[in-house]
Amino acid sequence: MDTYYDPKDLPKFADIGEEAPELAKKFFDYYGAVFAEGELTEREKALIALAVAHAVQCPYCIDAYTQTCLERGASLGEMTEAVHVTTAIRGGASLVHATQMRKIAKKLSM
Amino acid sequence: MVPELTSADTLSDAERSSAHGLEPFSGCLARHGLELNRGQTNTLQINVGLICNQVCRHCHLEAGPNRSEIMSKKTIEEVVAYAKRASFPVVDITGGAPEMNPHLGYLIENIAPVAPRLMMRANLTALAKENTDYLLRLCMANRVVIAASFPAVSASQTDSQRGKGVLEKSITMLKKLNDLGYGRDGTGLELNLVSNPTGAFLPASQDQAEKRFRRYLETKWGLSFNNLFTFANVPLGRFRTWLADSGNLDSYMKKLSASFNPCAVEGLMCRTLLSVNWEGYLFDCDFNLAMGVYLAGRKRHISEMDDLPEPGTQIPTGNHCYACTAGSGFT
Ligand code: SF4
Repeated sequence: MDTYYDPKDLPKFADIGEEAPELAKKFFDYYGAVFAEGELTEREKALIALAVAHAVQCPYCIDAYTQTCLERGASLGEMTEAVHVTTAIRGGASLVHATQMRKIAKKLSM
Repeated sequence: MVPELTSADTLSDAERSSAHGLEPFSGCLARHGLELNRGQTNTLQINVGLICNQVCRHCHLEAGPNRSEIMSKKTIEEVVAYAKRASFPVVDITGGAPEMNPHLGYLIENIAPVAPRLMMRANLTALAKENTDYLLRLCMANRVVIAASFPAVSASQTDSQRGKGVLEKSITMLKKLNDLGYGRDGTGLELNLVSNPTGAFLPASQDQAEKRFRRYLETKWGLSFNNLFTFANVPLGRFRTWLADSGNLDSYMKKLSASFNPCAVEGLMCRTLLSVNWEGYLFDCDFNLAMGVYLAGRKRHISEMDDLPEPGTQIPTGNHCYACTAGSGFT
């Protein structure tokens, strides 16, 4: 069955450069530099990327950064905690808007 | 007898390659204008048998408690005699679990005087069970470098590769080794850790993994060690079976070949190492030993050897060699 997301499409990511090579080069150079070891280790960056991948719910990124996390020596426990951080922030972001709801409700209510 | 080859192992390189859509390793070397030839041999690796108390899922030799292949005293004597004739700067004892060969003590005592650097791959759980105090005394007296398997600091990952409870038992044994001075500054007793990935993925960078293991082991258990080595799992034996059964074989082979690093070829261990199996036959490395592919493609017994193997001879390769050339390489 055809699906919008096919794992075989992931390696084709680089083909995006065919239409706008200069922009693609800038993007991929930047991307590579972001993930190189800096103040944060490659492993820490991979865990952040995994958490963000879950926030943006990108199956390609989840696949890629699950593998990258394992290859940078992360444990399943650490990866699970990273996704809980996503969940806490996503859930918290909804919940914190309850302050708006409460403020408006209060204003309207007797 | 070498382990029975699986049907996938008995296929030719080309047949296996087309099954995985892979370029054969030999073709990949040729495309990069490279050859794999023996250099100046400096290490004798002695595989004292395939018996082991564990059944690790990544084991390319399919070692385990139900294997019976073990190096006899006579073969050990032949190995020692050859080590004296040829003089190797490094001797590396491996298995299975070397601790389970009853003649290990004899081997250490007799080969140590002719081995400037003597190493032993310790399976920490076997070392904790088999003649522990005797073997540890012997290792200390002969300055044997201990290389201990320690794949991950997480119990679930270590135990999934090596068996239930292995992390905890390994920690207990590492504590004992540290108490004896192994891995502690200024003692001259070297303790190295070896980490293989706990699945179908490549190993972490050695430097970064070493820093992390050092920090974690020190903080959590007060443990120390000298060096950590990270190695890719080789798609042979039990690991290959697991890859096939779990549907990871094709993608793992592709990952290995995509990570081919031509610069790693020069430093490959098979260029400088000679591996001897439990019967005394010779191989270019432990992986060709697992495949039953003899030194330079010719069956030769250690008792027939007078000197170090000739530099320049061609080393037989297979697609398993991609595991040694992935990333920074398997040296
Ligand atoms: S990997 Fe080592 S410890 Fe594990 S089964 Fe094989 S020989 Fe034994």
